[in-house]
Amino acid sequence: MSAPAEAARARGVWSLFAERLLAHRLAVGSAVFLAVLGVLALSAPLIEALFGVDANIVDLAKRFQGPSPAHPLGTDELGRDLLARLLYGGQVSLFVGIAAALASAVIGTLIGLLAGYYGGKLDALLMRLTDGVIALPLLPLLIVLAALDLGKLGLPQAVVDDPNISLYRIIVIISLVGWTRVARLVRAEALTVREREYVLAATAAGAGGPRIMAVHILPNVVSPIIVATTLSVGDVILLESVLSFLGLGIQPPTASWGNMLTGAQELIWSAPELAFYPGMLIFVTVIAFNFLGDGLQDAMDPRAVER
Amino acid sequence: MTRYVCGRLVESALVLAIMSFVIYGLIGLMPGDPIDLMIQSDPRLTPADAARLRAVYGLDKPLVERYLNWATAALAGDFGNSRLYARPVLDVMPGFLLNTLNLMGLTFLISVALAVPVGIYAALRQHSPGDYVINLACFAGISVPIFWLALMLIIVFSVLFPILPASGVSSVGGGDLLDRARHLVLPVVTLTIFSVGSYTRFMRAATIEVMRQDYIRTAYAKGAGTRTVVIRHALRNALIPVVTIVALSFGSLFSGALITETMFAYPGMGKLIFDSVMGNDFNMALVALMFATLVTLLANLAADIAYAWLDPRISYGGGGAGPR
Repeated sequence: MSAPAEAARARGVWSLFAERLLAHRLAVGSAVFLAVLGVLALSAPLIEALFGVDANIVDLAKRFQGPSPAHPLGTDELGRDLLARLLYGGQVSLFVGIAAALASAVIGTLIGLLAGYYGGKLDALLMRLTDGVIALPLLPLLIVLAALDLGKLGLPQAVVDDPNISLYRIIVIISLVGWTRVARLVRAEALTVREREYVLAATAAGAGGPRIMAVHILPNVVSPIIVATTLSVGDVILLESVLSFLGLGIQPPTASWGNMLTGAQELIWSAPELAFYPGMLIFVTVIAFNFLGDGLQDAMDPRAVER
Repeated sequence: MTRYVCGRLVESALVLAIMSFVIYGLIGLMPGDPIDLMIQSDPRLTPADAARLRAVYGLDKPLVERYLNWATAALAGDFGNSRLYARPVLDVMPGFLLNTLNLMGLTFLISVALAVPVGIYAALRQHSPGDYVINLACFAGISVPIFWLALMLIIVFSVLFPILPASGVSSVGGGDLLDRARHLVLPVVTLTIFSVGSYTRFMRAATIEVMRQDYIRTAYAKGAGTRTVVIRHALRNALIPVVTIVALSFGSLFSGALITETMFAYPGMGKLIFDSVMGNDFNMALVALMFATLVTLLANLAADIAYAWLDPRISYGGGGAGPR
C-alpha cells in the first residue's frame, strides 16, 4: 500500500473526504446556497405571515405592482405576491427534484446490483433495457406520459382527483426514466467488487446473493450513487420545470417555478420582469446541484484527480 | 463488421417494434378518443351512434388487436390522416422534418466547431484561469432551463431591442433567404447554448486523457512541437470517445429542439409532436414519436459504427465481445 493511502487510513476516510470537499470552493458555496434556499422555501408560511400576504390569493386591484415594502418583489398578473410564490415554487422544485432523484437511485441501484452481481443472461437483459431507455427521445415520451388520462389507467377516482396528483405523477414518470445512470455505475462497480476476496470469502461462508449484495457490495458503491444522485437532482428540476411550463407538470394554482413562467410568457411584452425571477432561480439551483455533484465526485474518488 | 451492423440493425428494428406497441398503448390512454372528438364537433350524435362509430373504427376491440390492425396498415404505407392538418400523416411530416433538420444540423455544426477547439484549449491549460472560465460557462450552459433561455433571448432581442424575429420560419408571405436566416438565429443560438457545454466538457476530458498517453510523450520526444502533437496525434484519438458521446446525445439534442421549436413557434418535428399530443391528433403523434425514436436508434447505431471506424483496434468481427 502506498504512503498517501496509508496516511489516508490513519486520518480516516471521512476527514479526508471533508477536507477535499471543503477545498472545492464552488461545491461549498453551492451547498451553502442550497441550504439557505431550502430553509427559505420551508419558511414560506412564516414569510407570508410576516408580510401579511397569501401566495394563492388573487387580487386584481394589485396586478403588476413593482417592489414595495408589502411585496418585496412586487406582484404578478393576478396580484399575487411574487416572493411568496417563488418560495412555494422552491418547495415544489426541491421536493420533486430530491424525491425523484432518490427514487431513481433506488431503482437504479437495484437494477445495477442484480445485473452486476448475477451477470450472464440477466445482466445482458437488464443492460439492453438500460441502453434502450437511454436511447429513447426522453422529452417527447415524458410529454405523452404526463398527458395520460389516469382514469384510463384504472386508478381509483379518489387518487385521480387528489389535489397533489400532479406532484406525485411527475415524480413517478421522471423516476421511471431517470434510473439509467445509477444502474450503469452500480453495475460497473458491482462487477469488480464481486471478484474481491472478501466477497469470495463471504460466499464460501455460505452467504446468499441478497446478503452479499446488501452487506458487501452496496457499501462499496455508495459514493458513485451519491454523486450521480446529486447530479440528477439538477436534471430532474430541469425536467419538472419544463413539463410544468408546458402545462403538463404541477398544476396551478400551486406555484412551481416552471408554471410561473407559463403565465409570464404571454406577458413578455408588458411585464418582462415576471419571466426573470423563476427562471433565474431554476438556473441557479440546478447549477448549484451540478457544482455540488462535481465537488463530491472529486472528493470521493481520490484516484480521479481529473476526469 | 457487416455481420455486427446487421445484428444491430435487427436489434434496433426489434426495439422500434416494441416501442411502437408501447407508444400505441400510451396514446390510447390519453384523454379523449376520436369518437369523443366527433361527438364534441357534432352534438346530434347519440350514444348509439357513438357505439356504432366505435365499432366501425374498431375502437371497441382489445388493444392488441387494434395495434395489429394499425401496424398492418402502417406496414402497407397507410398511417392514417392527421386530425389537425386534415391531410395524410405522411404528407404533413416532410416540411416539419426539413425545418428540424435545418435547426439541428446548424446547431450541431456550430456546437462542434466551438466545442473542439475550446475543449482542447481548456485541456492544454488545465487549472488556468481560462480553463476555469470555460468550465463555468459549460456548467452554465448545461444548467440553464432552455425554455427560459429562449424567453430571455426573445425579451432582449425581440422586445427590448427589436432586431430579430421571435417566431416562425419566415415573415408573412414567404420571405427570401436572408429573412429565413434571420428567423433561424435565435432558435439556433438557444439550442447551441444548450448543447455546446456538454460537448466541450467531453472534448476537454478526452483530450486530457489522451495527452497522458505514452505516444504523446514519444511524439514530444522526437521533437514535434505542441501544435503538431495536438493536431496530428491527440486530436484524432480524443475525437473517438467524443464522436460516440455526441451521437449518443442525439436524443437529448432532439428534446432540446422540441422545447426550442415550441418556444419560437418554429414548425419542426418537436413542435409537431407537442402540438399533436396536446391536440389529440393521435395518428400524427404516433407516427412523429415513432419517427423520433427511429432516428435516435439510428444515431446510436451510428455512434457504435463510428467508434469502430475511428479506432482500428476495435473489431466487431468474429465471435468477440462487443464494445460494451
